[in-house]
Amino acid sequence: MEAAMGLMRRIPPKLTETALSALLSLLPDHSSDLLSQVDQPLQVLCDVDCGKEFILCEYNRDADSYRSPWSNKYHPPLEDGLHPSADLRKLEIEANDIFAIYRDQYYEGGISSVYMWEDENEGFVGCFLIKKDGSKSGHGRRGNLQEGAWDAIHVIEVGPEEEGIAHYCLTSTVMLSMTTKDESSGIFNLSGSIRRQMSMDLSVAEGHLCNMGRMIEELEGKLRNSLDQVYFGKTKEMVCTLRPPSELLQMRLPDSRDV
Amino acid sequence: MAEELTDKQKIEIAKWFLINSPPGEIQYVAKDIRSVLKDDNAYETAASESFPLYNKSHLICLQLPDRSGDVLVTSFSEIDENEYLDPRTAQVVKVDHVKQVCTEMRPANDEELPSPYIEEYRCALDAESIKYISEAYPKGFSSVYCVSGKDVEEPGSDFELVIVISAARHSPQNFCNGSWCSIWNIEFKDDLQMVEVSGRMQVGAHYFEEGNVQLDAKHECKDSTILQSPDDCAISLINIIRHHETEYLTSLQASYSNLPDTTFKDLRRKLPVTRTLFPWHNTMQFSLTRDITRELGIGK
Repeated sequence: MEAAMGLMRRIPPKLTETALSALLSLLPDHSSDLLSQVDQPLQVLCDVDCGKEFILCEYNRDADSYRSPWSNKYHPPLEDGLHPSADLRKLEIEANDIFAIYRDQYYEGGISSVYMWEDENEGFVGCFLIKKDGSKSGHGRRGNLQEGAWDAIHVIEVGPEEEGIAHYCLTSTVMLSMTTKDESSGIFNLSGSIRRQMSMDLSVAEGHLCNMGRMIEELEGKLRNSLDQVYFGKTKEMVCTLRPPSELLQMRLPDSRDV
Repeated sequence: MAEELTDKQKIEIAKWFLINSPPGEIQYVAKDIRSVLKDDNAYETAASESFPLYNKSHLICLQLPDRSGDVLVTSFSEIDENEYLDPRTAQVVKVDHVKQVCTEMRPANDEELPSPYIEEYRCALDAESIKYISEAYPKGFSSVYCVSGKDVEEPGSDFELVIVISAARHSPQNFCNGSWCSIWNIEFKDDLQMVEVSGRMQVGAHYFEEGNVQLDAKHECKDSTILQSPDDCAISLINIIRHHETEYLTSLQASYSNLPDTTFKDLRRKLPVTRTLFPWHNTMQFSLTRDITRELGIGK
């Protein structure tokens, strides 16, 4: 299993789906571990009742059907499918509405979905998902990207409330791929995925949604900045190490670049 | 999946993982896939078929058995599946692809080498390329091969050379690996008295400290120059190559600078247009949504 995760860390991010199905066929006994630990780009279905799209994941799946957060119905229809309790469903509806606005503010397009379910510890778990197609044929506002995909998965465990405080544990994963293509610079593609965790104990005075929302916004922002500055930056550093820009060469600097 | 995979399927999967390994990482991938496959025979077959393909497509650079220099493993210099020509030293090396080492070395025989006429051009270009590589690539290596017309003895016929440049940097302890590969096809057209140049550059980088991010960039270009003496051609051709490669590096840097405000922004903004964080508030469900939409000034 460790070897399988090692492979997923090395395989080009664009090939994640193929790699995962290959591993699932080689290690059928580990399928539930693999599916929960390996991130895959998100799939989408259209809710036939309200014509809106929703995101598919393990958390809204029962057998081979997926539950829409808009109509609360399974697609394809399922007898006795799992549903959140009435109270939790209320929170889920609110979360979907607010998260859609959040998504619009940061992503200027895309699709979002929130799913909630009770867990065994008298708390509950919420899964907030965003899928964005930033290509010029999709929702890319500035038309720079030939291909652009961003998938964010935030799973937040909320513990039972004790003395007005609840414990929140958030695991956020971002997967992305960007490709630009033009005559003078050819094809340029950056892709990858990172995952981080964050835990906080917060007062429930303002409600769970506020707390969850703020944590997600903070961690998502950190992931975006980390990708931009650290991860992309390291690949750029590598390119300039392989073939230093001519200004450096002309100055004949000693080899002080550290990689 | 309920059924067992056939041996053939297992081998194909293992080959796929091996061939798609990032620069400098095939040995790590090999170790992992061997473990996951749990079938040494299948692994060994997969390795023997995929390592040669990987090595040639990454233009890997190996040390000569006597440590006097390096040699590139490329499809242009392949004499036999395990034998590769190094025209600079006129040696043929035997390679163990899976271990990625040179095992033996022997002098090349006459049929394997180009004619003296071709060799003049090849050698002049090689000498200029060595100078260029030492200036531009701290850890690069180049080689010039004749891929067509190697027996041409005098002016009057076309022939084709190829310059291969391979630079790699492996820093697994820093979770970072990368490679730059350039292949320049040079066609000497006698009837036109022209030399047509077409280049392919491929750059890859992988950073994987608590994450997995990869750069995959490629570019093609064309140019030409007049057919002259071997020395003059060499200088002119290397100037062309230097010009295009430098320009390509500049455009790569520009692509990176565009990320924060243009390309990456198309995926997710750093902050909303309001330049403030999202106003999560505590009010009743509907007024909450109404308050937020009013505050953000969007119609709903």
